Amino acid sequence: MTLLAILPPINVWVALIWGGIATGAMTVLMQCGPLFGLSRLSLPYLCGTALSPTRRNAMALGSIVYSIMGLLLAFLYAYAFETIGQAGWLLGSLLGLMHGLFVVTVFLPVLPYIHPRMASEHDGPSPKFRLEPPGPFGLHYGYSTPAVTIAAHTLYGAILGAAYAVHAA
Amino acid sequence: MTDKHWPAIGDYALIGDCRTAALVARNGAVEWLCLPDFDSPSLFAAILDRRKGGRLAIALRDAAYCERRYLDGTNVLETTISGPSGTIRLTDFLVIGGQLVQEPEPQRELLRIVDALDGEPEIEVTFEPAPDYGRRRPRIRSRGRLGWTLGDSGSLFLLRTDIPLEATTPASLCGRVRLAVGDRRCVSLSFAAGEPATIPLLDAEAQRKLDATTHWWRRWSDQCTYRGPFRNQVVRSALVLKSLQFCLSGAVVAAPTCSLPEAIGGGRNWDYRYCWLRDAAFMMESFIDTGFLSEAKDFFGWLMHATKLTHPKLKPLYDLYGRTWFGERTLDHLSGYRETGPVRIGNSAKNHLQLDIFGSLVAAATIYLDRGHALRPSEKSLLIKIGEAACAGWQQPDNGFWEYRHGRRHNTWSKVMCWSCLDNLIRLHDEGILSVPRERFDRERQRIRDALHEKALAPERGSWIGAFGEDFLDATLLLLPTAGFVEARDPRMMSTWERIERELGGPRGLIRRYSEGVDVQRGREGTFVICSFWAVAYLARAGRVDEARRRMENLLGYANELGLYAEELDAASGAMLGNFPQAFSHSGLIHAALAIADAERKRAA
Repeated sequence: MTLLAILPPINVWVALIWGGIATGAMTVLMQCGPLFGLSRLSLPYLCGTALSPTRRNAMALGSIVYSIMGLLLAFLYAYAFETIGQAGWLLGSLLGLMHGLFVVTVFLPVLPYIHPRMASEHDGPSPKFRLEPPGPFGLHYGYSTPAVTIAAHTLYGAILGAAYAVHAA
Repeated sequence: MTDKHWPAIGDYALIGDCRTAALVARNGAVEWLCLPDFDSPSLFAAILDRRKGGRLAIALRDAAYCERRYLDGTNVLETTISGPSGTIRLTDFLVIGGQLVQEPEPQRELLRIVDALDGEPEIEVTFEPAPDYGRRRPRIRSRGRLGWTLGDSGSLFLLRTDIPLEATTPASLCGRVRLAVGDRRCVSLSFAAGEPATIPLLDAEAQRKLDATTHWWRRWSDQCTYRGPFRNQVVRSALVLKSLQFCLSGAVVAAPTCSLPEAIGGGRNWDYRYCWLRDAAFMMESFIDTGFLSEAKDFFGWLMHATKLTHPKLKPLYDLYGRTWFGERTLDHLSGYRETGPVRIGNSAKNHLQLDIFGSLVAAATIYLDRGHALRPSEKSLLIKIGEAACAGWQQPDNGFWEYRHGRRHNTWSKVMCWSCLDNLIRLHDEGILSVPRERFDRERQRIRDALHEKALAPERGSWIGAFGEDFLDATLLLLPTAGFVEARDPRMMSTWERIERELGGPRGLIRRYSEGVDVQRGREGTFVICSFWAVAYLARAGRVDEARRRMENLLGYANELGLYAEELDAASGAMLGNFPQAFSHSGLIHAALAIADAERKRAA
């Protein structure tokens, strides 16, 4: 029995199209952090530097990987809506909020141990590990980092939830 | 605060990475640095306020003697400081990015390497940052093995060193270490904005960055094709211009500093971290006639881009990206250099009317074309519109080349440059490069010439004057032959030169820019470096080559030991005044050297 067989059927096109739109909106909000001097967290840059050492390549590659991850996560949200049996902007926001909390409480603090170029405060930098670590809640990248990250992910969930509800109705 | 607390302006050295620049005092303190770009707020500005300005100092505790030089063909500074306890060598540079291909690099990095050469020198490091021109209260945090950080949510300054530091206050760090011969210590200050910082490494990586930066500058300066007299000084001046050219746009800032006074106790303190159109032809000549074609091309691209943004109006100055959004403000919390306030940031001269910029822009384009480059259709169209603007505007009074802030005049040089603008455009038309309304341009060109002959000549003296209906002298008159308006050996020009030498001349070949009292600013300003070089170029053009050479040699004696010039020189003491180092002064040096080389070639032929 494959995994797909036990998962509920989802509206693939809604997940794909609205996943793209929600990813775009989340990216815009996340990038407002650096643009308005609120935060230095750039998830595309962090994704990209895992793949390439040079800033130019890292930003290009990271943006592609980050967009693909946004699309894939939209499928996860779609399965969640189908499993719960309902969708809506409020439920989507709630999922997004949890998603954002996961990023700032688990993903960012763990990043120094999984990112191939990130230094840790414990070991210090080395020729291989030289990217600044995010610290708890990503606070090393600016005090507004948790708020911006959670807000962006909540927006992502809200868009997906609203879109899925409209298409289901 | 007494004068002894302030280094002389000429005691500073420039280091740069073509995006920003720092000034390093002879005692080893970085006293001016704006990050990330030339026109960003300062992190260190002790040059403008000893207490509130901020600095990063590395000092030998018992320093008695200091010697400085640039590594040959580079902007990497080497300062050797000696004292009874020993000798250290400080190597200071802003890292040229893009050299470490396999590793992420900081967005900007100031790297300082200390080597102990002799004895057991004890060094002291002091880090006193003052972000945003000292307007923000800094709070330095220890990040353990990652270093010390300072910043807000949007940007981060990261200090790393292998010298143990302690926080003396929440806003400053200090550390001392005694070295043995052969010991090396590094201090790195890096900057990040908009993304997680890259942490620079010290030791071997610092050496690699030094090697890479030195190699980059040498490879650049080796492109110099100038082989005439005073070559070393020409190359140094080209290196200054290169470090003041903002590599992300091609703009050349007039100087990396703001508000260094043109007169101690006066009010002539301006922010020069902008690009002036009046300098365009000189910059173009400086790059193109010394073989730096890529820089000339970048600069021309910036000129066309910036002027398109404000077309049909031209502004006298633009920022690094060709914008004119900036205003002018005073920073009253800073004392100013030697207590000479106000400290101004921004520059309201952007609102002046300066008619000479039409001619300067077209002259820059002409130099660019004459050396074999081509124009795009939109650039041709822009030049024609500039000609139209010159036709329509030449009869107006303007603020002039020197940006008089109190009233407008019918400045002779402004009219001459309108004439030059049309003259060059007509020539380009006749050569088939442009298609201008020749008859109209020719008619206006003649009208300007007639007006100048009627109103810009002092009848009883037979010499040119600074403005219609007035009798003051202006050193821009020395450029009339350069603009092609009169021959250098024309009797009226020779008479003008005699008068300028007599009335504007100072000791050893120095020249003031205009007669005293022409502007209404406090304090007596110094002599102008570029005007002094214009005099050299004029004499060379007039065939008085030996005299030109003598003057040039005298002027070269006024540079600091690194070959740098400020905007002005005090006539009595030779001390430098005004923003430092100044691109205009260095373009003047190149202009004078080229004129001498040309005159010597003609004489030999």
